[in-house]
Amino acid sequence: MTGPVERSVPATALLVLGCPEVPVQQALALHIAYQLKKHGAAVHAAGNPAVLNLLKVSDPAKHYLPELQVLENCIKDIVEKKRDAELCIVFAHSDAGISYAATMRHILPDARLVLIIFGKEPEPLAALADFPCEKIVEKAVHNPMAIKKKINGVFGWAA
Amino acid sequence: MGCIENLPYEMILPLGASFKECREYVEKNFSEFWYVDPGYKLFDEYIIGLPPIALGINGAKIVFPYTKPCHGTYLLGVEDADEADRVRKTARKKK
Repeated sequence: MTGPVERSVPATALLVLGCPEVPVQQALALHIAYQLKKHGAAVHAAGNPAVLNLLKVSDPAKHYLPELQVLENCIKDIVEKKRDAELCIVFAHSDAGISYAATMRHILPDARLVLIIFGKEPEPLAALADFPCEKIVEKAVHNPMAIKKKINGVFGWAA
Repeated sequence: MGCIENLPYEMILPLGASFKECREYVEKNFSEFWYVDPGYKLFDEYIIGLPPIALGINGAKIVFPYTKPCHGTYLLGVEDADEADRVRKTARKKK
């Protein structure tokens, strides 16, 4: 894991969400969106329809995540240069999540890429991510507190 | 990626194969294979994965990894002579 880094606040941030079967993802996504928004970033989230519906229900007035997009459309927009992000945060609790992170690394070469690896067995997954990125790795399924602390540390956010 | 799901595909490796297994399978089982990077357009969709992504070709059949967030990566085969020719012209031989 990379230590806290003093950086300017990104103007644009993209959250890439995995399958919603691990509960902490939802809480962390809203926490990160809240923090980024508080620090002045425009936040955009992408995921599959199930995860987007969970976020829509959790944030009905779109306070935290004003813009949601189906993942495939988001990738299409980035490849076609219709969308960009200075910061990209990818959630991964499966092999598929690592594949999406690798894809983001390739199509957003200039972005700061932070890969949050969680779930029951995050360490083997972390070993698969051999491309340049900052990794936050923590065993987390239902309890988001320990991984939230690590995330806050990496971004320099107060608890 | 509804488009690929609507194609008449053959499942080469089933649900939950890793991207590494898919690459190794293609390299081991196809005499003709090509490499592309994530974001390469195939069947009008953008391919996901860790570079280099291996695509196998057998005649007119293209074999490629297809990733779904909830399941992982499948290895699929689709017959399309025009698309196979396009891969031959636009993909690379070296990793």
